[in-house]
Amino acid sequence: MPTITGRSAVDELPSADGRPPLEADTATTGRLGDRIFGGLAMGSGILVITLVALVGLFLVAQAVPSLLNNNANFLTSREWVPSGADPRFGIVDLLWATIITSILAMLIAVPLGVAVALFITQYAPQWLSKPAATLVDLLAAVPSIVYGFWGLKIAGDYFKPVAEATSSVLGWIPFFRWDGTPSAKSTLAFAGIILAVMILPIVTAISREVFAQVPITHKEGALALGATKWEMIRVAVLPFGKPGIISAAMLGLGRALGETLAVTLLLSALNTSDAFSFSVFGGGETFASRIANDAGEFDSAQKTGAYIAAGLVLFILTFIVNAAARVVIERRKAFSE
Amino acid sequence: MKIQRLGAMASLALVGSIALAGCGSDNNTGSDTGETAASATGAASSDDCFDGTLNAEGSSAQKNAFEEVGAKFSAKCTGATVNYNPSGSGAGIKQFLAGQVDFAGSDSALKTVEKDGKVEADEAAKACGSPAWNLPMVTGPIAVAYNVKGVDKLTLTPAVTADIFQGKITTWNDPKIAAINSGVNLPATAIKVFFRSDESGTTENFTKYLKAAAEANWPGEPAKTWDGKGEGKAKSAGVAEGVKSTDGGITYVEWSYAKDNDLGVAAIDNGAGAVQLSSESVGKAVATAKQTGTGNDLALKLDYATKEAGAYPINLVTYEIVCSKGKDPQKQKNIKAFLTYFGSEEAQKAIEEIGYAPLPTEVQTKVEAAIDAIS
Amino acid sequence: MSTLSTADEAVATRTVASDAFGRKSGARAVKDQLARALMWGAFLVALIPLVWILGATIVKGGHMLVDADWWGKSQAGITARREGGGAVHAIQGTLIQAGVTALISVPIGVLTAVYLVEYGRGRLAKAVSFMVDILTGIPSIVAALFIYALWVTTLGFQRVGFAVCLALTMLMIPTVVRSTEEMLKLVPNELREAAYALGVPKWKTIMKVVIPTSFSGIITGVLLGLARVMGETAPLIILGPYTAVIATNLFGGLMPTLPTMIYQNYSEANQPAIDRTWGAALTLILIIFLLNLLGRFAGRFSKVKS
Repeated sequence: MPTITGRSAVDELPSADGRPPLEADTATTGRLGDRIFGGLAMGSGILVITLVALVGLFLVAQAVPSLLNNNANFLTSREWVPSGADPRFGIVDLLWATIITSILAMLIAVPLGVAVALFITQYAPQWLSKPAATLVDLLAAVPSIVYGFWGLKIAGDYFKPVAEATSSVLGWIPFFRWDGTPSAKSTLAFAGIILAVMILPIVTAISREVFAQVPITHKEGALALGATKWEMIRVAVLPFGKPGIISAAMLGLGRALGETLAVTLLLSALNTSDAFSFSVFGGGETFASRIANDAGEFDSAQKTGAYIAAGLVLFILTFIVNAAARVVIERRKAFSE
Repeated sequence: MKIQRLGAMASLALVGSIALAGCGSDNNTGSDTGETAASATGAASSDDCFDGTLNAEGSSAQKNAFEEVGAKFSAKCTGATVNYNPSGSGAGIKQFLAGQVDFAGSDSALKTVEKDGKVEADEAAKACGSPAWNLPMVTGPIAVAYNVKGVDKLTLTPAVTADIFQGKITTWNDPKIAAINSGVNLPATAIKVFFRSDESGTTENFTKYLKAAAEANWPGEPAKTWDGKGEGKAKSAGVAEGVKSTDGGITYVEWSYAKDNDLGVAAIDNGAGAVQLSSESVGKAVATAKQTGTGNDLALKLDYATKEAGAYPINLVTYEIVCSKGKDPQKQKNIKAFLTYFGSEEAQKAIEEIGYAPLPTEVQTKVEAAIDAIS
Repeated sequence: MSTLSTADEAVATRTVASDAFGRKSGARAVKDQLARALMWGAFLVALIPLVWILGATIVKGGHMLVDADWWGKSQAGITARREGGGAVHAIQGTLIQAGVTALISVPIGVLTAVYLVEYGRGRLAKAVSFMVDILTGIPSIVAALFIYALWVTTLGFQRVGFAVCLALTMLMIPTVVRSTEEMLKLVPNELREAAYALGVPKWKTIMKVVIPTSFSGIITGVLLGLARVMGETAPLIILGPYTAVIATNLFGGLMPTLPTMIYQNYSEANQPAIDRTWGAALTLILIIFLLNLLGRFAGRFSKVKS
């Protein structure tokens, strides 16, 4: 079943009866029509490769001059003064906000998504299974900006008591310290929660596909040995689905890292002169939200380059995460063959 | 065949959406504005109106004024549209230099000193093929806007304001605030400062004021990016919204946003007694401004430290930045028509109602002369 | 899948005791029931945001949509303080941009999928497949920065609707490739071989046999891909500023869309603007949901089932 996420773990798997996945055949007549059509198809493929290469090239070409002018260390500085006679900018704050919100989102969305996927594939009564899957998929259809608007205007107010309770109980850990600034709905923690909702569908969809692939013999075997349903899931479904869950988590993480509008609407920026805070109840800006917020201000090549450099880091970050997810899927393919 | 049926369905859907796309209307001059439209069209000669679109971009401080005047203008001249994209002064100037918009709205005049190896004014002259002019069209007072439960009257001095925005005064019942607000019952609520996270002309003018009026308390240099404490929100509407939803919040924002959000507005005591923010008190301060541009370039320099009684000192003159002689004569004519209306008494009166101050007479005369010289 | 789960139920109710798992003790039964409750709970928790968002937008924006003006008028001459006007300018912009985006990305996406399934072998195919994955993961803001660097900075063009379409195309191509690829793989090889045996050239086999067989599946993928890019806002903020009037020219002037209409108004304090923001949000959600449902419906016609 095609998923809304556009990513399928199944297409790399052998079919249920053990035949290898479909391979392109070499049947061709060498006729003109064949050559044109084949050329067109290959051309499209090459276009896709070129496109990704161009993105990297363009970003690097425009980032490098700015980076050379940078008087601060790009990787270790917290400053962000990208223009002027003494440009100083670094990504520490952005990196922290981006990673902490995405990891928070993953910590919430992965267990929840796996549970929902188990519900859909193993627990739901048959009449509910399909509609349930559709409903969760619809979460991915709500636009990012609507999530942000909803968080800002409605859901955010309900987060204040949660933040107060958490910081009053666990506030002695720097990670949970909160002094009321920024407002609860503008904290990294709340942005992480909204991100979790947004990546839930992709995590669920991929886990669901993998769970549905568990060989029935494994499941029936466990049940025949007297396992309860939960034990069957633990010994048969989860181990089989583990690589799938890992790649689902990675792809969810990749989505969360680059998510822009919801985060832009919610987060409060901090001043670089404030002391660095490790708290999830701090403010900050992610790579994507800073670029979106300041998009209108790219008024010199130097400055634009600084933002493009930040975009480049984001690109590399998502590239690594997505490539890692891909590797996990490949490994699994080797394993199940 | 199913495919044909599907194809038919798909094309039906496509046709449907195109049909919807074909039948919209820009005519919003319904009953509520019909009267003004009718009376205005009678008066409007062909010279005052045009058919077509003008695109402007820039300062979010003048967005409300621009929308109001733009709406009035298109009600008067059907067929004329004026778009304003409030993406920030820096963005506006940048798009203007790149030829992406017809004119820019900015909270500060084009810079005549070098920055990043470029001089804004020279760049603009290059882009226009003629000098670009800064025309002060809207005076937007910057309100020190707050939201503290139970406090509906507040007076601040430059020094105390600077301390609050530096994070040196952290609660509302701090003795320094109490000392200048006798009779006001101040709660112990924590002060939450909101600042503009994007580059902003409002920030620049506000920090210019703090630097000029309370230098000892404000060590930073005036700049478009905020150098104090607090939490940052994007755009004027963002900070105003932040204060509105936070008890104990305070920010600096263009007056109309403070009005829209029902925020308290502090009176400012520059040394000659507390001055409430009103169009008169603003007019008084703007009248003392000096012209720094030459000829029809009307860049103004405000005296932030003014001790004149009854003058509200924190102001922001927002400019429209236009080509004095454009490459496209028709476009220039359209710009001229719109700005003439913008400077007219009718338009200036309308924006006064929503939280701006009209131009002082002397400035207005000069602006009118400059607009006349656009070609 | 459906037969599977009924089989499970049947087997699960037959509580066969065996040494491998020990006797079915109380603790194990409790754990089992706890797990069941947890899974149900997880599903219900996942529904909360969906129901909440839909409910909120309907309550706050629903009344805007029942007004005929909403579907027939633009915001020309309306300010944040005034009521009235509609969203037809933004709806049109969104539909036009989505349509053009589809026109560009569907041929490229389908052809790439054809390449991957029918032609691609070896390194190049692996590279293409890998790059499609990477393209899937490119954040929309990075795609927008790239098009900005290309369209505005390098080529010196204006920010117009078409530039937005280009950025959206980058986001839509991978979705189309992946879903088409899946559908093409489901077409049985016997069909292809039968066509070859009749002497039909490969390209004709693909055009007349393979693609028609998986046609509705491809449509599903396209509609779902469209639904995804329609809600994208980041490229619009950078490449396609909002305007309050009807604008249908992709190559000149600004073009309003529903996401930018929301972005323009989201922090407004005046009630008419707030209502309008919720109205635009609801309209956008409705359009996207409709596309989603249409896509799923088209999937039913599929001749090949997953």
